[in-house]
Formats: sequence, C-alpha cells, structure tokens
Amino acid sequence: MITEPEQLDARGLLCPMPVIRVQNRVEEMKSGERLRAICTDPGALNDIPAWCRINGHKVVSSEERQGEYVVVVEVGEA
Amino acid sequence: MSEVKKALALISGGLDSMLAVRVVQQQGIHVEGVNFFTGFCVEGHTHAIRKKDRARPKRNNALWVAEQLGIKLHIVDIVEEYKDVLLNPRYGYGQNLNPCLDCKIFMVGKAREWIEQKGFDFIVTGEVVGQRPMSQRKDTMPVVAKHSGADDLLLRPLCARNLPPTLPEREGWIDRGKLYDFSGRNRKPQMALAASFGIDDYAQPAGGCCFLTDAQYSAKLADLWQARGSRDYGMDDIMLLKVGRHIRPRPHFKLIVAREEGEGNFLQGYKRQFASLTTVSHGGPLTLIDGDTSDDDLKLAAGIVARYSQGRQADEVELLHTDARGRERSVKVKPLSPIEVKQEWHA
Repeated sequence: MITEPEQLDARGLLCPMPVIRVQNRVEEMKSGERLRAICTDPGALNDIPAWCRINGHKVVSSEERQGEYVVVVEVGEA
Repeated sequence: MSEVKKALALISGGLDSMLAVRVVQQQGIHVEGVNFFTGFCVEGHTHAIRKKDRARPKRNNALWVAEQLGIKLHIVDIVEEYKDVLLNPRYGYGQNLNPCLDCKIFMVGKAREWIEQKGFDFIVTGEVVGQRPMSQRKDTMPVVAKHSGADDLLLRPLCARNLPPTLPEREGWIDRGKLYDFSGRNRKPQMALAASFGIDDYAQPAGGCCFLTDAQYSAKLADLWQARGSRDYGMDDIMLLKVGRHIRPRPHFKLIVAREEGEGNFLQGYKRQFASLTTVSHGGPLTLIDGDTSDDDLKLAAGIVARYSQGRQADEVELLHTDARGRERSVKVKPLSPIEVKQEWHA
C-alpha cells in the first residue's frame, strides 16, 4: 500500500542544499516510503533525480508548479 | 575469495578526482564518493541566481561525476564547521582568503572519520604533486596526510609513485605499478588518461571550485568583516557576497545593487532583512542597504542607485525607500555621475 508522502520544504534553498536535505531525510526513512520535496531552485529538478539514480532511489514524479519545483522520491533498498 | 576493499573518494566534480576513482576501480576496489559543501563552492548557486546563466546546464558536477563512475555520492553540509577553518587557518591563506591547506586537512580528516564509522579501508583523492601552490606541493601533501589523521590510509593514485607507498599499496590491495607519477601544473597527462578511459566530457573549473580563491569575492568578505568589526559570517552573507555590485560609500553602510533581473529576483527575498531602494520614475535595479542610514546617507545612496538606473541622464530620479519593516518613503535625487561614484567605494 502506498502511503501519503512525507513533506520536505526546501523552498528558498539553493543547490546543493535541497539535495542535501533530501539525502538526510531519506537516510531516516524505510524502503518504499515516499518523500515530497518542494523547492524553488530549478537546479533541484536535475540534482535530486541524479542523486536518486546514483543512490538507488526512485523519482516517482517531478514537476513545476507556479515557480515551485516538486519532486517525489521513493526510498530504495538500503 | 578475498574480501573486496572499500575506498571513499573526495569528489570535487573536476577531472582529477574522476580519474583517481577510475584508476582504483580498475583494481577491483569498491568506491563511494563524498562531496563537502562549504557554502563557498562555485557549484550551483550562481546558476540559480543570474538570469544570464539560466540557459547553462544546471548539473551538479559532483553528482554528474559520480553517475559517470557508477558510484554512490554522499554530500555533506559542513557550512558551520568550516567557519573555524576559514577564520583560524593554522597554515594561513593563499593569495586571497583561501585557506587551501587547512581546508584539505579538514576535508581529509572528515573523510577519515567517515571511513572509520562506515568500515571503509582507505581514502582516495585526485591530488597531484605540484599542481596547486598551497595544498598540493611536495612538502605540504605529507602535512595533509599527517594532520588529517589519515596518514598512510590516504592514497593519491595520480601521483602515488612520487610519494612513499601507502598502506593499500604495502598490503597489496592496490598494485603500485598501476598507479601514476603525475606532477606539476601540466594537464596533458590527465587529459591523455581521460582519453584512454573514454572520458571526453568533464568540468574544467578555472582557478578551482571555491569562491575564496576569487580576489573580488575575498575583497568583499574582508570588507564585510572590517565593517562589522568582527570576523564572522552566516549563510546569507556567503550568498549575498556572490550577488550584485557591492558599493560602500560610507564606512557604516553599503549597497548591494542588482546587476540584472535574476539578481533582482534573488535580492527580493531579503527585503524583510534589509532596507531597500527601488526606482519609481525610471527602470532600475533593486538595491539592498546593509547598515543604518541618515537622511544624508539615504540621498547619497539614492544618487548612486539612480546612476545605475535608466534615468542616469535625467535631472531627477524618484526612488522608493522601504525599511525592513515595510515602511515606505519617496526620495528624489539627481543621479550621481560615473565619476562621482568613486572607484574605492566598490568593495
């Protein structure tokens, strides 16, 4: 069953801080759980997916909404 | 079957660390990367701020390198801890406010702590003897190994044959004969090695990847410390020093004048922390005022801002002064001429 994602407010932070916040939060989560990161730095749309690819996590969705960039990450196997 | 040895590599996003990792990967070592974020890293921030840079790819080179190498990357926020490195460098500064030797000692020391916690066997860097005037010299590279506490757990694959054998070499985890003896500032050996690995795309940062090696940035930081009477800084200071023209017409206040739309948008986010000036009668840059201003100071500030507005040739420019609490007042001034905005005011 897919549960509601946890929220991470990374607005106002510039890269690489959003990806660091995602990384630190994901470390505390379990495989299969989801995290929704809300960012204002457009670089997050590249950095968070890149970080997920190399660390074995999955990007469920990434989109721009009125100047904000929302990336939903599903935590992979440790 | 023998156990696979594990190494942690310092990844800057440049070519040398990329090559160093590839060299040890070829010897069957499991490598993961670490990238330390000091706040002064050139990566990222300016791309996000300046509109003219927005067309450039916004890739984070450390992440990109890790992906090319097929390794995990751990990005570590060391902004707070790094203050002591910058403010009290045991080995002093380079040409600007760059404490390169202390910085390298600190980062390798953090890597040593990390490998102890995670059960890794040694550390890899892309350092090359003689490549950097401070931290990568024949006499300072042993200092990094010793004072970081890494000692002979620190392997520099690109120049290892110019240095005494490290533990990974002595124990046979790494074949020293397959390491390199690069030295000096010549980049051709690295480029040839990259070609042999089929690597043809890599970042080539001019003068390193740290704002502290930049003369203008260092001058602005020194100005900030002098004006405050204390050598301290926060993350907002680091960011604001990367943005706009910094003009200090009087010792007790300075102006941060946006140079283009992207910077103006960025400075908007600081209007609750600083007083600001915007032009009303003509197009012009958003300007933050750092420090307290008298009425005379405000007129001077407005004249400077008007000089950078589209009304620079006009007899009078109207501006709006907004304090940090949002209270507004109109200011009308004659723009200063370029000669009246003195060169020494530019921090």
